[in-house]
Amino acid sequence: RLWCRGPQCCMMGYLSVSLQPRAVNVDLQTDATLQVDISDALSERDKVKFTVHTKSTLPNFKQSEFSVVRQHEEFIWLHDSFVENEDYAGYIIPPAPPRPDFDASREKLQKLGEGEGSMTKEEFTKMKQELEAEYLAIFKKTVAMHEVFLCRVAAHPVLRKDLNFHVFLEYNQDLSVRGKNKKEKLEDFFKNVVKSADGVLVAGVKDVDDFFEHEKTFLLEYHNRVKDASAKSDRMIRSHKNAADDINRIASSLYTLGTQDSTDICKFFLKVTLLRWLCFKIEARVAADEDLKLADLLKYYLRESQAAKDLLYRRGRALVDYENANKALDKARAKNRDVLQAETSQQLCCHKFEKISESAKQELIDFKTRRVAAFRKNLVELAELELKHAKGNLQLLQSCLSVLKGDT
Amino acid sequence: REASVPQFGREQSGPASLPAEDVSTNSNGPKQDSLFDDDPEDLFAEATEEVSLDSPERDVLLSDGPSPAITPITPPTSVITPRIESLTVPVSLQIEEEEGGDSFDIHIAVSDPEKVGEFSGTFWHLRDKQDSSGTSLSVFKQGEFSVKRRFSDFLGLHSKLASKYLHVGYIVPPAPEKSIVGMTKVKVGKEDQSSNEFVEKRRSALERYLMRTVKHPVLLKDPDVLQFLESSELPRAVSTQALSSAGLLRMVNKAADAVNKMTIKMNESDAWFEEKQQQFENLDIQLRKLHASVESLVCHRKELSVNTALFAKSAAMLGNSEDHTALSRALSQLAEVEEKIDQLHQDQANADFYLFSELLGDYVRLITAVKGVFDHRMKTWQKWQDSQMLLQKKREAEAKLQFTNKPDKLQQAKDEIKELEGKVQQGERDFEQISKTIRKEVSRFEKERVKDFKSVIIKYLESLVQTQQQLIKYWEAFLPEAKAIS
Repeated sequence: RLWCRGPQCCMMGYLSVSLQPRAVNVDLQTDATLQVDISDALSERDKVKFTVHTKSTLPNFKQSEFSVVRQHEEFIWLHDSFVENEDYAGYIIPPAPPRPDFDASREKLQKLGEGEGSMTKEEFTKMKQELEAEYLAIFKKTVAMHEVFLCRVAAHPVLRKDLNFHVFLEYNQDLSVRGKNKKEKLEDFFKNVVKSADGVLVAGVKDVDDFFEHEKTFLLEYHNRVKDASAKSDRMIRSHKNAADDINRIASSLYTLGTQDSTDICKFFLKVTLLRWLCFKIEARVAADEDLKLADLLKYYLRESQAAKDLLYRRGRALVDYENANKALDKARAKNRDVLQAETSQQLCCHKFEKISESAKQELIDFKTRRVAAFRKNLVELAELELKHAKGNLQLLQSCLSVLKGDT
Repeated sequence: REASVPQFGREQSGPASLPAEDVSTNSNGPKQDSLFDDDPEDLFAEATEEVSLDSPERDVLLSDGPSPAITPITPPTSVITPRIESLTVPVSLQIEEEEGGDSFDIHIAVSDPEKVGEFSGTFWHLRDKQDSSGTSLSVFKQGEFSVKRRFSDFLGLHSKLASKYLHVGYIVPPAPEKSIVGMTKVKVGKEDQSSNEFVEKRRSALERYLMRTVKHPVLLKDPDVLQFLESSELPRAVSTQALSSAGLLRMVNKAADAVNKMTIKMNESDAWFEEKQQQFENLDIQLRKLHASVESLVCHRKELSVNTALFAKSAAMLGNSEDHTALSRALSQLAEVEEKIDQLHQDQANADFYLFSELLGDYVRLITAVKGVFDHRMKTWQKWQDSQMLLQKKREAEAKLQFTNKPDKLQQAKDEIKELEGKVQQGERDFEQISKTIRKEVSRFEKERVKDFKSVIIKYLESLVQTQQQLIKYWEAFLPEAKAIS
């Protein structure tokens, strides 16, 4: 096992990055009572190890500052434990971070390694650098996603007190959480099918409460549109990357031309090459930044809006159960049989429904606030970055033009 | 005559009477000729229709004139005026129904400031506007006039020049390529983006071809070129048919040449030639690679433009469903910005293409012509060597004959030897001449290449500069909207 500190990457993807607290997609109120971040991460061949660092003044923890190492599966375990916990039915469960996916990037690096013989040393070095930068970007992204999840939990007034969460943060051994086996995955699949069918039924029930009725309609439409926008932005960014790759190839061709040529045109080509190279870097960076700001934002809110929809589903389900319990109670009273049982059942349903409704309202309002703040932050940053790059590009182009024109 | 084709409802635009400079030669050509037309494309001669040529790119290419070598379009004279007015009206692509030739709107500006005075020629409707002032070449008429030329005429011109000059070492600029598919689409009247693009691409290629040809000091004086530029009627170029006997002969010759090239082993005494040949080989490879990359870039940028437009629509929809007003407005603004950017990408792709990619394509073909010239030199050398060897053999035969008693045969041998000696001398002279010419041509070519590339790249960079400036404008307008979200 080979790992190197610092943002350097060996061919087969061993990478360790020391990370500062990063700006994330969510605007969160963190307070001193509980602060969580991912201070370090290590990418090995087929897994990523996150170092989860906690600082807390809460009495629940043995120390005030401590770190543990966690893998992706453990994050999922934590998320699922929230979802399955009835007590949390009335809250928007922070969406689980997506699985780290380096396959594409690793494949590219591998192809590069295989094709090493067919290109010049400079080409190879440059391509390697670009691919490594890409790998690093993906890596940073996945770390950010995992961190956001934890921060959301830590910021939530109820979830932060969850026992599983504390175990996750503190227990410095492996949690022995294995990924789901085939049988369990199949079970999950069926569960989801049932749930979505049920969801349709439940959604059909009109809500008395205007607020929730409005939210239901809004979220449904919003979720679909975010999905569409997310897909389209991915395509746009991929095209942008393709164009940037082309520019890279053009630059390297121009470079070869420049070095081969013994005439005057050589100097000229070299200048143009340098320009092209920088333009490529700028284009690639624009594409990467767009990626981070726009696409990640949309993807994140796609998951969050799904979580919000899930909340509404649970509430809807509880409402249906409540109404059914009412009917059952009436029937029982009419027949004068099992009345006590029906009453208890009805009370439970009522209680559950009211509890969910109460917290759900606040959750949905918070969701809106978070969403607006996140969009604002990212849109502003996107615009600022685009401007920065365009201005840089412009300066570069103009200085190169003046050199070229001055040259006779 | 154009008006006599009723079947496609063609309207005559511009002055109906195109007086003296009439349609070239459809006088010779009864219907059965259509099978042996200039271009195989003309097989579709029947299915012709008007195509409107309002291509904005053309205006860009025409009106932009940063390089001093290109004279901007001078204000029209009285001859030109009626035609220019028809610029704004859909101009018809005149297509001769009988022969199915095709004429183009071409507008070339040719100037040669290094030469005597300013000489510019413009083709409009293949009209050739020549405005020579103070040139010592008295062959050029003063004033402006235009001629119509068909695509096959260009090919004819090229083949004439090639046959005259290639084998003595002049680098004759290659003519644009035929494209059956593209031409057919245009002829069948498919008026879509791609056929318009094709027309513009061809027009621009023909313009560049002519410009390169007239920039060549020797070619410029060639009577065929002059005739091409000036005379209102041009005899049809029959030998440019791909499927004609001449065409077939050409193909056979090409194949034979290729075989010969492999078998000729030349003792290269001149290191310069060896070096240059290697250089051109490398250049060829690199340029092809570069060309392929630029074409890929054009493709991807077009793709990017499409995807940006899709995203813009999607973002607008998202903005609509967002119920926070300020955010909703910002998202709509974002959608608008992205839409504008999509247009920018498209324009950028066009610049990539018309400036960069086409230039590279031209040079790839030019290098092939250069390599051809080197090959001719080899052939000349071979001829010289062959006559030398033959001479040697004849001398040996003569020596043998000395010892026989056949005075007639001896005399004959002596005569043959004399003839051969002359041939050998001529062969040597030819070889030296072609070597000299090639040296000159190559150095001229290299100078031109530097100039060409430089001017194109500067133009290209300027277009990039514009793009960036636009981008800055758009994002600066968007930023306050984003900040206004509360």
